[in-house]
Amino acid sequence: MNLQLFALAFFDGIAYAALVFLVAVGLTLIFGVLRVLNVAHGSFYAMGAYATASTVGAIVAAGYSPWLAFPMMIIASALIGGLIGGPVEKLLLRRIYDMEEVLQILVTFAVFMILEDVQRLVWGVQPYFESSALMVLGTVDVLGITYTAYQLILLPVVAILVLVGLRIFLRHTLSGKLILAVTEDREAATAIGVNVDRVYLVTFVVGASLAAFGGALASATTSVIPGMGADMIVLSFAVVATAGLGRIEGAAITALLIGLGRSFAVYLAPELDVLVPYLIMLAVLLVRPEGLFGMAHTRKI
Amino acid sequence: MSSKVLMAAKGLEIRFGGVVAADDVNIEIHEGHNLAIIGPNGAGKTTFLNICTGYLKPHRGSVTFDGRDVTGLAPRRLVRMGVARAFQIPQLFTEHTVIENLLIAAAAQARRWSPLTPIATIPERGEMLHLLDMVRCAHIADRPVSELPEGQRKLIDIALALALKPKLLFMDEPTSGVASSEKFEVLDIIAKALAEAKVTAVFVEHDIGIVERFADEVAVWNRGEVLFRGVPGEILSHPDVIRDVIGETV
Amino acid sequence: MRSILPALIVLLVAVTPVLAPTSQVLLTLAFAKGLAVLGIIVLLQAGQVSFGHALYFAVSAYVAASVARSFGGELVTTLLAGVAAAAVVGLVVGVFVVRYRYIFFAMLNLAVSMIFFALLEKFYYVTGGSDGLQVPRPTVVGLTLERGEFETILFYGALVLSLLAAWGTHRYLASPLGNMLRAIKTNEVRLEYLGVSARSTLLSGYVLSAALCGLGGALMAVAQGIVTPEYAYWVRSGEFVFIAILGGSGSVAGAFVGALIYEGVRTYAAAFASDIWQMVLGIVLLVIIIFGPSGVTGLYQRLMDRLVGPARPRGAGDSERAPGAAE
Ligand SMILES: Nc1ncnc2c1ncn2[C@@H]1O[C@H](COP(=O)(O)OP(=O)(O)OP(=O)(O)O)[C@@H](O)[C@H]1O
Ligand SMILES: [Mg+2]
Repeated sequence: MNLQLFALAFFDGIAYAALVFLVAVGLTLIFGVLRVLNVAHGSFYAMGAYATASTVGAIVAAGYSPWLAFPMMIIASALIGGLIGGPVEKLLLRRIYDMEEVLQILVTFAVFMILEDVQRLVWGVQPYFESSALMVLGTVDVLGITYTAYQLILLPVVAILVLVGLRIFLRHTLSGKLILAVTEDREAATAIGVNVDRVYLVTFVVGASLAAFGGALASATTSVIPGMGADMIVLSFAVVATAGLGRIEGAAITALLIGLGRSFAVYLAPELDVLVPYLIMLAVLLVRPEGLFGMAHTRKI
Repeated sequence: MSSKVLMAAKGLEIRFGGVVAADDVNIEIHEGHNLAIIGPNGAGKTTFLNICTGYLKPHRGSVTFDGRDVTGLAPRRLVRMGVARAFQIPQLFTEHTVIENLLIAAAAQARRWSPLTPIATIPERGEMLHLLDMVRCAHIADRPVSELPEGQRKLIDIALALALKPKLLFMDEPTSGVASSEKFEVLDIIAKALAEAKVTAVFVEHDIGIVERFADEVAVWNRGEVLFRGVPGEILSHPDVIRDVIGETV
Repeated sequence: MRSILPALIVLLVAVTPVLAPTSQVLLTLAFAKGLAVLGIIVLLQAGQVSFGHALYFAVSAYVAASVARSFGGELVTTLLAGVAAAAVVGLVVGVFVVRYRYIFFAMLNLAVSMIFFALLEKFYYVTGGSDGLQVPRPTVVGLTLERGEFETILFYGALVLSLLAAWGTHRYLASPLGNMLRAIKTNEVRLEYLGVSARSTLLSGYVLSAALCGLGGALMAVAQGIVTPEYAYWVRSGEFVFIAILGGSGSVAGAFVGALIYEGVRTYAAAFASDIWQMVLGIVLLVIIIFGPSGVTGLYQRLMDRLVGPARPRGAGDSERAPGAAE
């Protein structure tokens, strides 16, 4: 592998990791607070992608500036998170927090099944491809390689901003501190008068919007097709499980690990590229069932 | 003390974050001598049981049973060697009935793995009904354990441990939750059964009356350390113990 | 009293080839799925759900297809080879996944099945890619049969296999091992403190469930005459889980009741709702979980309790949670 190929794989991996991180961080944030692993999370990713690709396509076709794609991504993800994520938490998940774990899993799985068809009803089954956002940012030359600025600069920067922003939000704002309080000790938080219902709702909407945002950003780099939600939920689960459920910074590092692992596999062992994320997960979980950054806890007996 | 050492803990240490739950614990358990463990809440009594039965691995130190090093062996390995345990919080199969709980224990003990014989028909059934009778629970044999009050669940939990026919039995606060009018009576029966089957018992207990009556030795725990150890008469009248432990829990 | 209806249903199903020959294949497919669902139900007893059991369905179907293609294919050996392959893969994957519970268990199974799905499409020179493999009609005890005869034989074979599997699974769940499996759901710590390895116990259930899914997959392969990667797709795993909950996860009968209802409704209703089929399933699943978690068989039990009074007192030690069709 020469230097250029190496750099190419490296850039691919970084761009890919940035997208996966956005989805995974939402998943792990929701788990940390609600203690429910939302199987429908991949659907928010897919819907963010569909909503962005279709509206941006319409905007550009109508002759407006392709730069509008960027605000559109943010609007689309906020809408998906709020209008679909909100009701899912408020009307449905709220009923299941006290249920057996296996039933909770089944409920979010049912939501996943429903949302898969919602996508098909709204957007059909034909692929969408809308790369205006990627185009307008142009390319950069690094180490003799021409790479899109969108993937090389924008995606990693956005991912880092989200990571840092989330940290500041959680540590330094009132809503964030409430979320952390509920994560650490639900009973104690309720006892001191935290409105847990509200915290759950806000967390879920934020998490779902992040997934949709990941999809929105991804839509400029790839075709939006049915089934992308299913692939993404498994992949982002691999990331959060490898990191340790609920670990936000850990998810960033693991997303990098898995993103780079996959992109190098594309060049070194192309048959295995789909396997690599799972092989990494399996290897980590065999040695550390609680994940790289998770903490094992023993039940009090 | 001349009798055989059944289990020996040497230099046990474990900490959780800043809490030191075992701090150089050295103790020997002698065959046929029932040992009571007393001490304030959070002293590390349950932690000691967790280490001795393999639920937790100590950060330092060792546990031997019957002369074999068993440090860090999984609970099921120790169980098969003859170490059983009843829990502070009863650990039962809450979607099974009382008798089914016991039948599972009996099937495990007798290693009945046949996948096509109903558990209800295993030969140990009579024995298990007898065991239930002994802990005064025969009348609730067919009730789901999830419906039972705490006291009865504690008794079923002890019965599960007895069903394994252990050599060494750890009991974590066996009488907490049991109505005080029945405490002595029930423990009398259990003690008699243990003596008959030659089972050595180690039990954590807050009720000093019970300790006086059933223990051959007492060990006093505090902050992960064994402070005192000796015969009940001496230890329970020691002024420090009265001040730090008994005064607090009575 | 309460066994009258189940007995009637079994009878009615058994005479289908005579009364309604057109439904025969449909019912065979329902049995195939019912067998796979039985596998899911075994795991649900331990409180675990797998979103990847289509893997075993597919492994067995592809192995059965290869055997039928390359060895001239006798029905019995075809099915046996499929089941054996599913059980072996179940053992290998199981050794790993039984270390995990709940969402980890569910998702790790899903991940393994998705890897297998991707491989099926990728290694097309072995698997035929997304077109799949044709399965030539196997011989039955050496005889080459006409299509109609073969379908009838397959139907009765599937019926008998289903009854046998239901009976065997029912006995397994009532046995010490089955009770230990159910104990995993409520208290693994105690199970370990009884000297039982929770992992080995779950592994025994896992291999059984893989073998049952395998039996269903191999049957499906010979009944349909073609296997495709879709056999391994997560949608099919989801379908199995759905049917288990629909029929009632607490009983072996639920697997087949659920599969019959599901296949019947799907055949007639999917034409009207093919675009929103997943959505319909999802909504029904939500309704069952939130309003009636014991499924169709649970409703039937409750109805009979109303009509003829409660079943025998609880805790006979067996069968409480697993009333078989034959009761
Ligand atoms: N798994 C664990 N993780 C973290 N801390 C633990 C764990 N187990 C015990 N501790 C801590 O160790 C200390 C000793 O606990 P332990 O349960 O052994 O006390 P105890 O003597 O049994 O008290 P009690 O009388 O209340 O049962 C306590 O401070 C407890 O919070
Ligand atoms: Mg304790």
